[in-house]
Amino acid sequence: MSADYAHDSQQHVIERSETRSLRARVVLALGPATMLTGIAWAVIQPYRLTILHPHAQGFWWLLSEPPLYVVLAGIVFRLVVAPSLARDVDAAAR
Amino acid sequence: MLPRAEFVHWWFAGGFVMLALLAAAELVVGPDVWAMRAWRRYLWPGLMFLMGVLLWPVMTFYTNSTIHMIAHGSWAQVLMLAGGAELGLAAGKLHSQWWRLTSALAMVVSGAALILHEQQHWLFSRAAFLHHAMGWWLIAGAVFPLLRSFRPRSVVAASGWAVVFAVVAVMLFADRDTAEIFGHLSQYAGVPHR
Repeated sequence: MSADYAHDSQQHVIERSETRSLRARVVLALGPATMLTGIAWAVIQPYRLTILHPHAQGFWWLLSEPPLYVVLAGIVFRLVVAPSLARDVDAAAR
Repeated sequence: MLPRAEFVHWWFAGGFVMLALLAAAELVVGPDVWAMRAWRRYLWPGLMFLMGVLLWPVMTFYTNSTIHMIAHGSWAQVLMLAGGAELGLAAGKLHSQWWRLTSALAMVVSGAALILHEQQHWLFSRAAFLHHAMGWWLIAGAVFPLLRSFRPRSVVAASGWAVVFAVVAVMLFADRDTAEIFGHLSQYAGVPHR
């Protein structure tokens, strides 16, 4: 098991060191771009974030933070979808 | 204790952001690379199906009128139909590309329901404006899944598909229960809030 892990880890390092294709870069950039959009929205309309002024707010208002939903979508995409997709698009390009 | 309607719209907007991201990613890498991993093929159809399922509690708890119930119920049904058909295609249980027409049907039915269940005029309030705008946007956007049924590898269809979701997300996030639109707010709409 440990040899397998070492091999996978080394493979991972090799893959990361290789030049990414443009498509892979775009895929990897989609998540951060979405996160930045959410952050920019929060800066432009801070009143949409009730967590910044939580006093006397009910549960639903505190749960409803639209700019954070956008950031969350970007994080989920970047962590769950983008890594394997970037590897696959690079592998297909070779 | 029910969440406001605008909160529900924002939650669904989050789902549409995710759908837009998945559609954009599939557009960038192409359908072959996208289909290289089985779990990935199920992502957006599964999310669409889930959004259809989640519309049932919306129908149950936000029954302001019969037309609201019919609208929410029809969205739930057509989203589940479209998501289910795409899941069937992804799993290889369905083979005909014509099943993709269910996505176009879902958009036309959703658009029509949005327009029909909004009883106020465009400039009554922001919510009324967005219901009309989203309705017509979805009906117009149905051309992309329609095109996709005929030409599954069309870049135009895939691009339009992603843009439709992204714009719907923006409109849903912009929705407020009581807010002005272009300086207009009917005195019958209620007291505005941020």
